[in-house]
Amino acid sequence: MTGAATAYEDGDPHHLRGMQGSGVGHPGPAPKRIVTGYGFWIFILSDIIMFSALFATYAVLLGQTAGGPSGRELFELRNVAIETALLLISSFTCGLATIAADMRNQLWFHVTMALTCALGLGFLAIEANEFASLVARGAGPTRSAFLSAFFTLVGCHGLHVFAGILWLLTMMAQVVAKGFRADIQRRILCFALFWHALDIIWIAVFTMVYLLGSAS
Amino acid sequence: MLGKLSWSAIPFDQPIPLIAAGVVLVAILGVLGWAALKGYMPYLWREWITSVDHKRIGIMYILLALLMLLRGGSDAIMMRAQQAIAFQSPGYLPPEHYNQIFSAHGTIMIFFVAMPFVIGLMNLVVPLQLGVRDVAFPTLNSVGFWLTATGALLVNISLVIGEFARTGWLPFPPLSELTYSPGVGVDYYLWSLEISGVGTLVAGINLVTTVLKLRTRGMTYLRMPMFCWTTLASSLLIVAAFPILTATLALLILDRYLGFHFFTNEAGGNVMMFMNLIWAWGHPEVYILILPAFGVFSEVVSTFSGKPLFGYRSMVLATMAICIISFMVWLHHFFTMGAGPNVNAIFGIASMIIAVPTGVKIYNWLFTMYGGRIRFATPMLWSVGFMVTFIIGGLTGVLLAVPPADFVLHNSLFLVAHFHNVIIGGVLFGAFAGYTYWFPKAFGFRLHEGWGKAAFWFSLIGFYVTFMPLYAAGLLGMTRRMQHYDVPAWRPWMIIAALGTVLLTTGIVFQVLQLVVSIRQRARLRDVTGDPWDGRSLEWATSSPPPVFNFATLPDVRGEEAYWAIKSSGKEQTLDGNAPDYRDIEMPRNSPTGFVCAFFASVTGFALIWHIWWMVGAGLVGAFATFVVFAWRDHDEYVIPAAEVARIDRAAIAERRSFAGVEGRA
Repeated sequence: MTGAATAYEDGDPHHLRGMQGSGVGHPGPAPKRIVTGYGFWIFILSDIIMFSALFATYAVLLGQTAGGPSGRELFELRNVAIETALLLISSFTCGLATIAADMRNQLWFHVTMALTCALGLGFLAIEANEFASLVARGAGPTRSAFLSAFFTLVGCHGLHVFAGILWLLTMMAQVVAKGFRADIQRRILCFALFWHALDIIWIAVFTMVYLLGSAS
Repeated sequence: MLGKLSWSAIPFDQPIPLIAAGVVLVAILGVLGWAALKGYMPYLWREWITSVDHKRIGIMYILLALLMLLRGGSDAIMMRAQQAIAFQSPGYLPPEHYNQIFSAHGTIMIFFVAMPFVIGLMNLVVPLQLGVRDVAFPTLNSVGFWLTATGALLVNISLVIGEFARTGWLPFPPLSELTYSPGVGVDYYLWSLEISGVGTLVAGINLVTTVLKLRTRGMTYLRMPMFCWTTLASSLLIVAAFPILTATLALLILDRYLGFHFFTNEAGGNVMMFMNLIWAWGHPEVYILILPAFGVFSEVVSTFSGKPLFGYRSMVLATMAICIISFMVWLHHFFTMGAGPNVNAIFGIASMIIAVPTGVKIYNWLFTMYGGRIRFATPMLWSVGFMVTFIIGGLTGVLLAVPPADFVLHNSLFLVAHFHNVIIGGVLFGAFAGYTYWFPKAFGFRLHEGWGKAAFWFSLIGFYVTFMPLYAAGLLGMTRRMQHYDVPAWRPWMIIAALGTVLLTTGIVFQVLQLVVSIRQRARLRDVTGDPWDGRSLEWATSSPPPVFNFATLPDVRGEEAYWAIKSSGKEQTLDGNAPDYRDIEMPRNSPTGFVCAFFASVTGFALIWHIWWMVGAGLVGAFATFVVFAWRDHDEYVIPAAEVARIDRAAIAERRSFAGVEGRA
């Protein structure tokens, strides 16, 4: 095999060496961990594009309050600040869980995942409370196009957090049942990517919906 | 208990859909019954339905596309017949039925014929061309296919239970809002596309990862066959565009189900936002379809001209340029919206710019043929037919991209003629070229040439006779989607178009016959070499059909046109005395996850359409449980021992040797 590899190194009919960097010496299919993580990144990109469509919709419909309340009258920044803090801390604990998984430490993995779960649930509870109070005040999603867009954008992020929590619980159960097997580790990697991506999207929601919405 | 569903949902008073559905049902039950009687069911379940092999999934995608082509084609025949008859008369199709037919025709042809056909070809061929054993995520691949099948199933269920959308292939609001379309038709459309859209996204992610991360040793980006490049571009477009479709349809769903106000006339909804969103997906979508076809033509033209592809690098550049510019032209679908002359001018110019890389491709194919030793086999005929036809379609497209001309031609039959010109002359011809070109690779025997050529000529001439009259009628002012009309000047064109449909249909019938005849004569048409066309890329380096692991030892690529180089340097395995270094091969295990998942998706989709909420919950829980069960499996791979690999490979080599020996003596 080494003989073949050497011959291959010599075979460079188009004199591309140097032009393509490491491309000429393409070593073959990537290992599974890389492939899985890479594929999941692509999925996250597609998810971010879906959110960007919702952001665009929100931006278009921002002024369409149809005589109803605008964001300035509705948003309570104190609650949103708490939500943001919960989500950011949960990203930190999720990072700790990744380290624990790398070190194959069951106890710390479960402790940090449970914390992540609790913080995520706290976030969802505050969001649900906000939605319920808006609906109670007659500012539900059917009131105006602006509120439709608001509930959809923020609600879609909330749905993602909910799905993330389902996934988180499944991962905890899997680690209990199967231990830190290679395939379980790959899934933990993907889950962590997903959870951090939700943070990135929340930062955009926080800025574009709540901060700009309260200012205007 | 059953939501909006009741006996009145079944159209007992309308004979046409009932008879059509009856025929389909009898055919499906007949095939299933025959398979059960013959004892093929366990085989089908084990080897096909649960298969995660990219080749089998690719074949199933193409099978789905061919079946749906028959369904969408029947709709087309009915429409052409209606317009040929309905001059100063109501014709034979009542308006509400006619509207469902043109909606179903477009929806099926784009989402369940063109899409599965090109995704099927990419699935089948790309891992072979890259010299690897499977796609990046084999089980997800199966999930993607079965979700696409779910979408097709829901559209076809609408034939008997309830109705389909009457809003065209894209459900423009406010017509598609609950106020104006209170029935379940639009809901059938929305949910079937949401579900199959997820399937398409999965396929796109899978193929992007495969091309970027799974290539055999030495297969650098600039050594990949052109089809891999177009697959990469097309899959990137899927990843970037389909989420927009999912989001847009979800907004319409929220409007219809929960009373939101995205696209309504009241409470600040914005109808034109739907146009912008749907075409921000819709324009990349046409390139998602055509780019793989361009890849097929590149492979076919190069192989049958016996020359390397002319201007390989400019082709790569053109492909990626199209990939990017395709996101910058969406507004040309609604110049009449009134965005103002500046906006229209920018998008008009962008639309003309995108014609440039396409022109580069046409010249590259022509120069590939120039000076080549051309063999006019069926795939090559489709390619040459494409070049002529597609140029006409492209030119009328550039004409439509001129905003003042578009104001005159908007929504006329000229537009209908234009997009059929590029989709039939481009995508469908490409799909057929790929189908005849790679059929021997997939099944181990070639398709019958005589029937193939007859099918090509009938399709080509049929296409011109059907669609050139539509250009004329469009210039005479005939708008699209007319159930009846009173202008005598249009009549002759409609009758000619109907005659053209007869020719086109004959072409399709000949293709079916070609398949039947080829299966019957498969012993004579057998391909023992694995390389029936004297091919240039790696899919021809393995046997036909390839073993489950594709390559006994992963090829080592040392230049462009990997297999041609192997053949030229005489290092082909058949002539090589040294035994390859066989190793154990790990392959993914088959899994029913995709099928079970799609079952629950079908249940959920049907329940959502009919507002059967308990069934929605049951379906979702079932789908989640399926994933958990799948995630709990302990052995996702099995090992093919080196001895078995060696046995299979030596048998293939021996078969090739015997063929070479026979040739040598003759």
